[in-house]
Amino acid sequence: MLWTELDRMGSFIDPWRSLERLNRAAAGLVPAAAPEFPAVNVWADGDSAMVTAELPGIDPKAVDISLTGKSVTLRASRQPDDAKDGESYHRRERWYGQFSRTIDLPYVIDAAKVDARFSRGVLHLTLPRAEEEKPKKIAIKTE
Amino acid sequence: MAEIKEVSKKEAGTPQGAERTRPQKVYTPDVDILERKDDIVVTADLPGVDEKNLDITLEKNMLTIYGRVEADSLRMHRLAYSEYGVGDYQRTFTLSDEVDKDRIQATMKNGVLRLVLPKAEGAKTRKILVSAEAEA
Repeated sequence: MLWTELDRMGSFIDPWRSLERLNRAAAGLVPAAAPEFPAVNVWADGDSAMVTAELPGIDPKAVDISLTGKSVTLRASRQPDDAKDGESYHRRERWYGQFSRTIDLPYVIDAAKVDARFSRGVLHLTLPRAEEEKPKKIAIKTE
Repeated sequence: MAEIKEVSKKEAGTPQGAERTRPQKVYTPDVDILERKDDIVVTADLPGVDEKNLDITLEKNMLTIYGRVEADSLRMHRLAYSEYGVGDYQRTFTLSDEVDKDRIQATMKNGVLRLVLPKAEGAKTRKILVSAEAEA
């Protein structure tokens, strides 16, 4: 009984829950909309978030990542290979163009500790929570 | 301003009644197929596929690309928000031209496969010159 109560309390203060709720609400407003390029996944633990995005064929050096407070913006572009004379496309399904994607997190990001890795066309962005933002434990003294 | 491009991954189908042995999602990668004078270039987006986990087979004129994705183990993290699924990639094409199987080249860079399929000598298009005969 106590544990279920605690669990409910825990989920109440969990900022990720509110992010989920927000996203669900947003999804409800725009039904059946596919995500913008690039699609992102957000992984979370208590003190940090990991954003992954599939960016195949994009030079990692050309990806621009900027941080402002609680949000992170990814910007890059992918150039098309135009068919020359005597060449013709049978299929052209891959995505081309410029993109800019902003992801809002429920806390202030510690810009100094952000880590970005790119491997096999997948971007992994670790976004730790700022130290001063972390919840503090308060010990109760007994007299 | 950049136009908004919507993306969603499509799951690859299986033959009717057949199931996959690995209980994982399999997606259809986006491809570009460019025909040039002497070869056909297949470009496929395979994010997360390592060159070691990529199988390309050509049987008769059926070209199959299968890329296995090793999921990152993020045990400490839980998925808070998801827009795309992680899974393998598979796609099969039938090639109309005879391809020189010994000279196929495949390269992987930043999660993009580039497959150059040279046309066999006999399949290359020959241009036939039409000469005008002098009218009588």
